[in-house]
Amino acid sequence: MSPEREASGFDLDGAWEIHPSVAVRPERFGALLYHFGTRRLSFLKTPMLLDAVQRLSSSATARAALSDSGVTPAETPTYQRALAGLAATDMIRERTAS
Amino acid sequence: MTATLLDEFELGLDAPICLTWELTYACNLACTHCLSSSGRRDPRELTTEECKSLIDEFERMQIFYVNIGGGEPTVRSDFWELVDYATAHHVGVKFSTNGVKITPEIATRLAASDYVDVQISIDGATAEVNDAVRGPGSFATAIRAMEHLAAAGMKNFKISVVMTRHNIGQLDAFKAIADRYDAQLRITRLRPAGRGASVWNELHPLPEQQRALYDWLVGNGEKVLTGDSFFHLGAYGDALPGLNLCGAGRVVCLVDPVGDVYACPFAIHEQFLAGNIRGSGGFTTVWRDSELFAELRSPQTGGACTKCSSYDVCRGGCMAAKFFTGLPLDGPDPECVKGHGEPFLASVAAGSTPVPSPDHSRTGRSNLVPITIGRRPDRACDTSPLA
Repeated sequence: MSPEREASGFDLDGAWEIHPSVAVRPERFGALLYHFGTRRLSFLKTPMLLDAVQRLSSSATARAALSDSGVTPAETPTYQRALAGLAATDMIRERTAS
Repeated sequence: MTATLLDEFELGLDAPICLTWELTYACNLACTHCLSSSGRRDPRELTTEECKSLIDEFERMQIFYVNIGGGEPTVRSDFWELVDYATAHHVGVKFSTNGVKITPEIATRLAASDYVDVQISIDGATAEVNDAVRGPGSFATAIRAMEHLAAAGMKNFKISVVMTRHNIGQLDAFKAIADRYDAQLRITRLRPAGRGASVWNELHPLPEQQRALYDWLVGNGEKVLTGDSFFHLGAYGDALPGLNLCGAGRVVCLVDPVGDVYACPFAIHEQFLAGNIRGSGGFTTVWRDSELFAELRSPQTGGACTKCSSYDVCRGGCMAAKFFTGLPLDGPDPECVKGHGEPFLASVAAGSTPVPSPDHSRTGRSNLVPITIGRRPDRACDTSPLA
């Protein structure tokens, strides 16, 4: 486990996707997320985070999704924490190998 | 919650985050604190087709879920048809009920759907405390519904409680009921709206009870839902989890049974009426273009409260609570934990508070006095809608 993962509990080098029960509504500040299974609401607080989350399923790793969205290395820990929060509430989940 | 996101919400969104939709004013109960003064069906209530068009609009606006209430929504003969229509159109449903129609068959059906959530209302953890507010037999009805849901394997349904002077001491007992049925406790604030305006003085929690409630909420964290309704208590210390702001007309609203759109479920009064969904632009136009909502989304002054050290946490409290107790909207909440509401309340002249309207209470029985045996309804339509 990388030191980064230990810090936030989120594996940036894993493959991730938006949970299929989650609906995404883009907003000027970012987006609203709603999970129909857990009935929880979440917020993506920046448009860049929304972009990264939407890239997850087509990116090899979460790190690649962040980088393709323009998240700089300096900003990466903040975004990693945000992704960790989304994973903890099941808004995003690890992709199983297909 | 970051300040910037709260600021965004105060400016309003293109669509509500969620909304309350009261399907009917008909109700088999006559709770003394009913927010919508329900009882009798209104002949102008939306038809099945109008309800479906409204659901189509919710889907287009990407409103994830609606909180359906009433009245007692399940007494509408098309209720399950509308629930199925909403979920088929990606609009989740959480509905509030007193449990009267939750049979074993219905419970099985509810347990099978991811897109439907149910809230059973009780206002006491014992029949004695509950029935004093909700009427004789209502506790037994609610418990029976919970038993049916639990037996059907429904996980995490909600038990919804309005906190009053008489039930704050029962918080642990409510939690135990929720645990017994694999349910989740949801507690909300008593508002002086609807018939609640007449009983608020006798029922609202006393200051020391508010403190006990805050401490209990801090101790029980996110395991207990609150509808974010206690943000005024944040002034005791740390803000409570959730959205700590008044969402009225900004991120929430109410659609009533006749299609009137109000700023929030606790503000059924013409002063907070934004329009009607039967107008040419439908609900979308009311939400986006009404003058009232534009005003609610404009920067608020906060009046005297802006000088208070707790203003950032409580943001002046609940608009509806201020309005119906006769306080200025830019003044303190009547239940301000720092006691700033009390001098204002003392200066409100008796009889000068706004009268909640419209009123669909059944006039055949009094709301405040126990029913006298043998008393007949004054008119045919005053009988129970379940009869």
